[in-house]
Amino acid sequence: MADKVLMKGNEAFAEAAMRGGCAFYFGYPITPQSEIPEYISRELPKRGGKFLQAESELGAINMAYGAGAAGGAVFISSSSPGIALMQEGISFIASAEVPLVALNVSRGGPGIGGIQPGQADYNQVTRGGGNGDYKVPVFAPASIQEAVDILYGAAELAKYWQNPIMVFVDGIMGQMMEPVALPEQKPFSKPEDIRKERPWAITGYGEDDGSKNVVKSLRMQPDDLERHVEKLFAKYAIAEKELVSVESEGLEDADIVLVAYGTMARITKEAVQLLSARGIKAGLLRPISLWPYPYAEFEKINPEAKAVVSVELSMGQMVQDVKIGVAGKFPVGLINRTGGMIPTSLEIADRAEKIFKEGV
Amino acid sequence: MATTLFKYTKGMHRVDTSYCPGCTHGVAHRLIAETLEEMGMLGDTIGVAPIGCAVQAHKFLNVDMCEAAHGRAPAVASGIRRVHPDKLVFTYQGDGDLASIGTAEIVHAAMRGEKITTFFINNCIYGMTGGQMAPTTLIGQKSTTSQDGRTKEQAGSPIHVSELLATLDGAVYIERVSLATPGDIRKAKKAVRRAFEVQQKGLGFSLVEFLSTCPTNWGVTPPDAMKWLQENMLPQFPLGVLRSPEEVK
Repeated sequence: MADKVLMKGNEAFAEAAMRGGCAFYFGYPITPQSEIPEYISRELPKRGGKFLQAESELGAINMAYGAGAAGGAVFISSSSPGIALMQEGISFIASAEVPLVALNVSRGGPGIGGIQPGQADYNQVTRGGGNGDYKVPVFAPASIQEAVDILYGAAELAKYWQNPIMVFVDGIMGQMMEPVALPEQKPFSKPEDIRKERPWAITGYGEDDGSKNVVKSLRMQPDDLERHVEKLFAKYAIAEKELVSVESEGLEDADIVLVAYGTMARITKEAVQLLSARGIKAGLLRPISLWPYPYAEFEKINPEAKAVVSVELSMGQMVQDVKIGVAGKFPVGLINRTGGMIPTSLEIADRAEKIFKEGV
Repeated sequence: MATTLFKYTKGMHRVDTSYCPGCTHGVAHRLIAETLEEMGMLGDTIGVAPIGCAVQAHKFLNVDMCEAAHGRAPAVASGIRRVHPDKLVFTYQGDGDLASIGTAEIVHAAMRGEKITTFFINNCIYGMTGGQMAPTTLIGQKSTTSQDGRTKEQAGSPIHVSELLATLDGAVYIERVSLATPGDIRKAKKAVRRAFEVQQKGLGFSLVEFLSTCPTNWGVTPPDAMKWLQENMLPQFPLGVLRSPEEVK
């Protein structure tokens, strides 16, 4: 294991994506993730990769599509309103089955919102955001180390599934510093090897004119488009089983279960300890994958539990998935702040205690 | 002994195109295809199709290609160029795609001096969506969204993209050609060749604007469309080289 270094989240994310093999980055400045294009503009060219600052997020996502279609391993990052602008491209890329690693360092909304941390992009990242029937696997790490580990493997995952992979963190994760162990740099692909490694890529077919490639999303015939979408969904059905990721503790004998992801899961973990000191057994269910959502984990919950509560930095977006997971077996509550406001562990514990005593 | 006067180019697939009779997309396609074949570059070229009538250009042009979302082809090509620095990369875009929704992408690709070539089909109208006003639609020209003719007061004057782009340092070769007559077509082919050579030499961004026809949406016959182009488009969009580096003069 490598030695630990103290790094700012955004720089660690950039480092992890590059070390994971992402040789191409396209981005546009937006708070709170601008350290990512800054760091990569300096570091990626040294390693033989390419950095390009786009004219807009629309430009960035379409450069990413072009580089990905051409067989490059691509990383992009942005924050909430920027991700909204990229949704056209993400839908296109999912349909064209082009690999992409995307990172959303999210902030408060709606509209231009604010620049303080938020999780109000939950629906945007888990429910598409772009047009049409498609899915994007979304991972929500709770520490910089976990984010580094996920981003390091994301290029391979995107290549395997031929789909965008989204990593979703809030602005706290981007701006805070933590000790991390960085994995070793994976080699970048050479242009001449791409057609072997990614036989679908547009590289120029060389001498062999029998193997022309086309990367596209238009299908004018309805039966053809239906077949294509069904093929995508057959892939998503497998991904739904293989990519689900969750961590939980104390569900089996919990009086109350708190469900939280990302930074909120860490604050909530402390609230669980506070509740325990007050004689309330609280369980913690932490989804790491938001799509696919770990619905099955809810089956472990003590049948005697009083309530299951979603704790989130939005007006109650993940709570809809919590309700699906609970399937009517428990009352479902919500503890939330929004707009960039962060609850303390004490606030969460107090509100959970109130729900425990008075109901949702 | 027989002499071959005409043969199919390997640069195009032997299929019917989806273009209307009298539309010049097919001519523009063939000029690009023949040029790439003559340069021996068919296997070393990557093309980007637009949204518009040419969205399926990949069905006709025998090179590796992708589709781009509406207007985004120059950004897509910029991404492709980063992965394959030694291939020829081109975009093929209409006036709605390039001069309306994609203005940011084309301007910034040109500003960066992207080593790509753009083929810009200007026929003063939206084709695939059924004849709406384009940014290049002429004053007085009727379309389905300017039914009494475009007015300056309501919609401004036609945009001259080539002239605009020629002000940018990175746009090293810009030429406007016509596809109205056989003589024009021969000149257009030379422009295609020069644009690709500019890219091969790594000089910067190159663009050829083809003044083209759309008889279906103009509501005229194919022969009249050629006349309409010459009588109405040429005075507004004069032909010629707007920018050219010493190396290809």
